[in-house]
Amino acid sequence: MAQIIDACGRSCPEPVLMTKKALESHEARYEVLVDNNTARQNVTRFAKSAGYTVGVTEEADLFRLVLTKS
Amino acid sequence: MERLPRFEDPNLLVGFDTSDDACVYRMQNGMALLQTVDFFPPMVDDPYAFGQIAAANAMSDIYAMGASPTLAMNLLCVPNCLELDTVEQILAGGYSKVREAGAIVAGGHTIEDEEPKFGLCVTGFALPEQVLTNSGAQPGDLLVLTKPIGSGVLATALKAGLLGQKETGDLVAVMAELNKAARDAVVEIGAHACTDVTGFGLLGHSYEMAAGSGTTIEIGAAQVPLMDGAKDFANMGIVPGGAYTNLEYLQDKIFFDPAVELPMQDLLLDPQTSGGLLVSLEGEKALRLVQALSGVTPCAKIVGRVLPFNGKSVRVTAQ
Repeated sequence: MAQIIDACGRSCPEPVLMTKKALESHEARYEVLVDNNTARQNVTRFAKSAGYTVGVTEEADLFRLVLTKS
Repeated sequence: MERLPRFEDPNLLVGFDTSDDACVYRMQNGMALLQTVDFFPPMVDDPYAFGQIAAANAMSDIYAMGASPTLAMNLLCVPNCLELDTVEQILAGGYSKVREAGAIVAGGHTIEDEEPKFGLCVTGFALPEQVLTNSGAQPGDLLVLTKPIGSGVLATALKAGLLGQKETGDLVAVMAELNKAARDAVVEIGAHACTDVTGFGLLGHSYEMAAGSGTTIEIGAAQVPLMDGAKDFANMGIVPGGAYTNLEYLQDKIFFDPAVELPMQDLLLDPQTSGGLLVSLEGEKALRLVQALSGVTPCAKIVGRVLPFNGKSVRVTAQ
């Protein structure tokens, strides 16, 4: 079960900061929920720079970013 | 917006249909009047620094047209809980820059608002033939940028609490720097086109210049001066939303060499606050401009060149 970071309703840079804090637990997989393109792009950039691969699925009102340690 | 009526006047030499920095109006005595207005909420905590940045940013549009500011009017929005001392600091910061520009504050207007905002309406004068627009770039020209890029990314990092004291000071210094020395050198040396780099980022303003001139502008990513730390923050996703909006607007107008790294692409699209001048001029003059600014604005660099239109208005190469 991946840790879920719900950053919906948050605007940048908050989603990146929330993800950054969560990644301190060094798990192999996380899910980040965001609801705007800026957050989607920024969390993706951050996760990649931290050594994770990122898969994105678009759902009704949100993007689900699945971060896996590469 | 297209349903709004258009104003026409034979004396309006530059209006807002060419995305220029200020309007230019021919007066009865033959001189041209230039006018611009800009204001925004604080991006730094220090009220004095905020005032300086907002004033430098507003006056920059006049410098970008090759003129100098003469008169300024304050535009101020303040919450009623804001201490009078803080308001005074904002204005004092603004006044310091107006004074440095050799202009005067002649009035203004203040309203109550939830979030503070400050800026200026600025007027300048010039001979009509001395006015520089963003649409005169000619194939064969080189492009000079007079300030480093990255203020949008760094302001976002500051908001995130990720910026140290020294980096914050450096950021403020760049944003508060007047484009006066750059303008003076540009006017003395002579240029084909000029604009300042602000909300649309280096590539957005390059696009406006290229489109207005019917040319293609080529930017060499490795040549573009960057503020310290900007690339690292872009790499970790501390990118303001405006950069993505700029990309959305520009993506079919720009060609990126695939070798240009993503953080660099983001920085080229990063909205700038009080950015430098982007100047298009003959090669030999470009070298003279960089030389003339070497002691004043050390980041002034040749960042690209102007080509005959070749399918895309802007091309970004890695080198």
